[in-house]
Amino acid sequence: MIKKTCVALACSTLLAGTALAADSIKVGMMTTLSGPGAGLGIDIRDGFNLALKHLDGKIGGLNTEVITADDAQNPETAKQITERFVKRDKVDIATGVVFSNLMLAVGPAFFASETFYISANAGPSQYAGAECNPFFFNVAWQNDNLHEAMGKHVQDKGYKKVALIAPNYPAGKDALTGFKRFYQGAVAEEVYTKLGQLDYAAEIAQIRASGADALYIFLPGGMGINFIKQYSQSGMLKRTPLFAPGFSGDEDVVKAVGPAMEGTFNTSHWYREMDNPVNQRFVADFQKDFGRLPTLYASQGYDAAMLMDAAVKAVGGKIEDKAAFGKALATVKAPSTRGEYRFGNNHYPIQAYYLREVVKNADGSVSNKFVGKVMDEHVDAYAKDCKM
Amino acid sequence: MLYLILEQALNGLQYGLMLFLLAAGLTLVFGIMDLINLAHGSLYMIGAFLAAAFYQWLGSFFPALFLAIIATALIGVILERLLYRRLQGMSHLSQVLATFALILIANETIKIIFGAQPLMIGMPASLSGPVELVTDELYYPAYRLLIIAVGLVVAVGLYVLVNRTRIGMWMRAGASNPQMAAVMGVRIKPLFTFVFALGAALCALAGALLGPLLAVSVGMGESILIPAFEVIVIGGIGSMRGALVGSLLVGMIDTVGRLLLTFGLKLVVDGSTAATLGPTLASMMVSLLMVAVLFFRPQGLFPARG
Repeated sequence: MIKKTCVALACSTLLAGTALAADSIKVGMMTTLSGPGAGLGIDIRDGFNLALKHLDGKIGGLNTEVITADDAQNPETAKQITERFVKRDKVDIATGVVFSNLMLAVGPAFFASETFYISANAGPSQYAGAECNPFFFNVAWQNDNLHEAMGKHVQDKGYKKVALIAPNYPAGKDALTGFKRFYQGAVAEEVYTKLGQLDYAAEIAQIRASGADALYIFLPGGMGINFIKQYSQSGMLKRTPLFAPGFSGDEDVVKAVGPAMEGTFNTSHWYREMDNPVNQRFVADFQKDFGRLPTLYASQGYDAAMLMDAAVKAVGGKIEDKAAFGKALATVKAPSTRGEYRFGNNHYPIQAYYLREVVKNADGSVSNKFVGKVMDEHVDAYAKDCKM
Repeated sequence: MLYLILEQALNGLQYGLMLFLLAAGLTLVFGIMDLINLAHGSLYMIGAFLAAAFYQWLGSFFPALFLAIIATALIGVILERLLYRRLQGMSHLSQVLATFALILIANETIKIIFGAQPLMIGMPASLSGPVELVTDELYYPAYRLLIIAVGLVVAVGLYVLVNRTRIGMWMRAGASNPQMAAVMGVRIKPLFTFVFALGAALCALAGALLGPLLAVSVGMGESILIPAFEVIVIGGIGSMRGALVGSLLVGMIDTVGRLLLTFGLKLVVDGSTAATLGPTLASMMVSLLMVAVLFFRPQGLFPARG
């Protein structure tokens, strides 16, 4: 399951150990490449590899080896791979985990071995608050952020009676808590469903009966696809508009749901049309190389590689000086597909969040379109608990 | 409230009938060929992916559905000839291992061919909206009505096939004693191939019909395989009638039970607790039913033999 890519010919020096060789860097890319969540991990990996290609295969000018492994969305598998990364492979820096429950399972092993971790997706509240760690960075967002942004938007739009739906597991409850942090109106109905549920006809009927004026969903992956298909078909989409975080509204979901998705709204820290050279190059080359539209996940993978590159350059390749490298990661201005962001005290981004709408294009296809900015310079709710 | 329950009953019927399409194939293969086929869900996934591929090629739903059924049945024939025929007569553990391996192979093959991103199947435009069953009170998606209709037609068709035709008689004979049936002149091997292909075709029908409602993605087979197994354990392994009753029971408990349980709990505890507790308990109910059946009637509600 492990694929080694020796980008440069310095394999022999790599074997000698990283403490001696400051001319090379080893990256552990563990992400979800199989199972139902594979689409997300593949996008992160492809985004990361595209960035690497743009950097001519060298992070910070060092010979770069990327070890790719599939965690299969299984915490036990992820722990084993992490053991291998820190003990046998001795990676200098790691990235890739999609799901927060896996991140929490592998975090302690990375931190104990003083291996820097750049999360390209998972942003658990624990690592943003009291358990924040000098070796943990997140280039994407804290898990609550996209929900908070949508809560604010729905509030600003003047909706008074919103129905909420999420799976019955910790992240589902966190998501709705995040939404309600900024939405102050009444909750028409708060529905928790079985994780991995296929059919939502019962819940849709319940939402209809509740007389809600808007609906917010957090149903990651296939659950969201199932729900949106069925919601649109029940004729409800025209009566009660649907709002979702970027996870349930990006191109992977749009591609699966099709034209039925038109008219739904979602929030993200990135949108495809962003007018900056890094993003335009990323979007154009991603489509050219992979034949599909990039998602927010791909942009996060790209940004993770760009942050590593900028930080390694900032310390002149001396990554073995952990204190200096950590400081560089926290403070360096890395090029990013979203334009600009900076880290807060907890190493989570302080950034803007945007609203996107799924619209029909001239050629009949559907895709996301930028609508406007919802929040600016937003700091997550847990940063104040982080003593760093 | 009455209409809400009525709507849920329709949903339960629709879910139950789709489960029946899968459970029927599973129980036929198990009852007649004495074969545990964990990869049954993979045939469902293959059917859905083929339907999506044909849909994107032809741009039309019903021809895609038809082609997907034919193609999946053919895949079923090939699999039966190459693999399942050899698994017959082996211990159930070997069958479970081999067919589990087949799930992994099928998932990865689909991912290599179609990619990891879920695919889209559009539904016929004429069926994409809701139908007003009762003015202003009860709307129901037209497409789900079609699924209910197809499910009922298939259930009747299977009943006629098994109980009223010559092939059905051979199937029943092969199920109760394959050696004796062979001695009496039934050509068992082609019969088994036919049964397996029929099971595969039913999977493809379910996969393609559910395609516009559910995510067509790698691993979709496993999520429906477990309810399908619950159905045949409840109904009695090998029994067609058991599969039908079990499917409808599971479908109804899952949808109507979820609704009534949440409403019932709201009378006892406060709203948010009920909203959390209801679905948790509802998802346990099908399993509890299965445990109860196994405890009081281990052969299932309608045992195939004896």
